[in-house]
Amino acid sequence: MIKVKIPQPLRNLTDGKDEVSLEGNEIGEILLELEKKYPGIKERLRDEEGKLRRFINIFVNGDDIRHLEGEATPVEERDEVSILPAIAGG
Amino acid sequence: MKKFRNLQCRECGRRFPAEAVYVCEYCFGPLEVIYDYGSIDISRDSILEGPLSLWRYKPLLPVHTDSPVTIGEGLTPLLRAGNLEKELGLKELYIKNDSVNPTFSFKDRVVTVAVSRARELGFDTVACASTGNLACSVAAYGKKAGLKTVVFIPADLEKGKVLGAGIYQPRLVGVRGDYDQVNRLCGELAGTFKWGFVNVNLRPYYAEGSKTLGFEVAEQLGFRAPRQVVVPMASGSLLTKIYKGLKEFEELGIIEEAGTRFFGAQASGADPIAEAVRKDEDIIRPVKVKTIAKSLAIGNPADGYYAWDVIKKSGGYAASVTDDEIVEGIKLLASTEGVFTETAGGVTVGVLKKLVENGKIDPELSVVIYITGNGLKTQEAVEKSVSKIEEIEPSLKSFKESCPWAV
Ligand SMILES: [Zn+2]
Repeated sequence: MIKVKIPQPLRNLTDGKDEVSLEGNEIGEILLELEKKYPGIKERLRDEEGKLRRFINIFVNGDDIRHLEGEATPVEERDEVSILPAIAGG
Repeated sequence: MKKFRNLQCRECGRRFPAEAVYVCEYCFGPLEVIYDYGSIDISRDSILEGPLSLWRYKPLLPVHTDSPVTIGEGLTPLLRAGNLEKELGLKELYIKNDSVNPTFSFKDRVVTVAVSRARELGFDTVACASTGNLACSVAAYGKKAGLKTVVFIPADLEKGKVLGAGIYQPRLVGVRGDYDQVNRLCGELAGTFKWGFVNVNLRPYYAEGSKTLGFEVAEQLGFRAPRQVVVPMASGSLLTKIYKGLKEFEELGIIEEAGTRFFGAQASGADPIAEAVRKDEDIIRPVKVKTIAKSLAIGNPADGYYAWDVIKKSGGYAASVTDDEIVEGIKLLASTEGVFTETAGGVTVGVLKKLVENGKIDPELSVVIYITGNGLKTQEAVEKSVSKIEEIEPSLKSFKESCPWAV
């Protein structure tokens, strides 16, 4: 199982849970599981064409998947996935 | 009639009440304050009669209170840069010297607005995630407001910056991690504690403070917009807000439309927006940052798309400069105009030079460059670049012998 951290704005769709555990070998599969298990989340993460929205950031162990292999990024047991909005400077 | 009631998502257009909200909860897009311009009363005269701070533009800032938290921020000098004009072959160049704000950076503009709004919304604690300038500003304004003040920084931050923030006696929390991790932690904390994080859940208000850098320059030019501006970019917010400030002035009839062209300045090693402009692509690819310009070191800029858009539609351009060029930029500005800026200012001057040389900036038209922070904050960057001491004995003989250049 892979741990996925859920950001505050999506927790009303995950019964208030800030972390869920899902099966999958790559990010795309994990997201598919997440979308299946929690209806409504897909529209929040993806635009009409099914692409991840540009202000959604997905990290694997702290690395942005855009630096890795995007949705094909492999994940294994004990990896931590987080979904986060972009934050302004400071 | 209230001049604003709502925040609106820049991506999907959904509206939210004007409270402390972080991002659009639907699509994670950034939120912006929506004004009822019809109810806003502002004119050249009302501005000229206003206070000698950026609060003279209060009708266009997102607070209702009559007693904002102020330490005299804004109305910084706009200097005609005659020496640098000659050096670069420009006809009309100005420096907006924002390094002389109360805590020595432009962040005081955004923080005065955010902390005033925090108090208005009933927060008893203000906080931020920062690597320097913002930490200093939030510490100062939080204390001035009489609020509890918590500043989150990376634990290994340079001593000078810890001092610049710590002297105001805030709670200073050192997070073992890099700035991105500090930032993400604050995103989490904002959902857990009822605190006003200026660059997280108060960001829609905070960002509006940067518009005053558009208002002020227009006012100081005799109520006209500059033809070209060069603006440093980290998240890209400052550039988009200067654009918004000039647009608001145009639409309210305070200035004539000038078609100002926007030029963005980034540091190589943290230049995802400039890269997208150079490649003429509308995708901003996050980068892992590496630059001495730490105040501009953001690899995933939250307002990058909007900054890109302003640059493109205004007919401007963007460029980036190396660490060496940044230091040269700092030296050039100090030795021609007497203004000592931090690394971000070195980026701006370096990019100005580059864009003049490659013909993107028109030397016949006016240019304003924004200098956003003070050189004393990033001393380590120029330690090796200052004049060497010529040591002598206290005698005329020794002076003449040791200093043959004296004639
Ligand atoms: Zn939205």
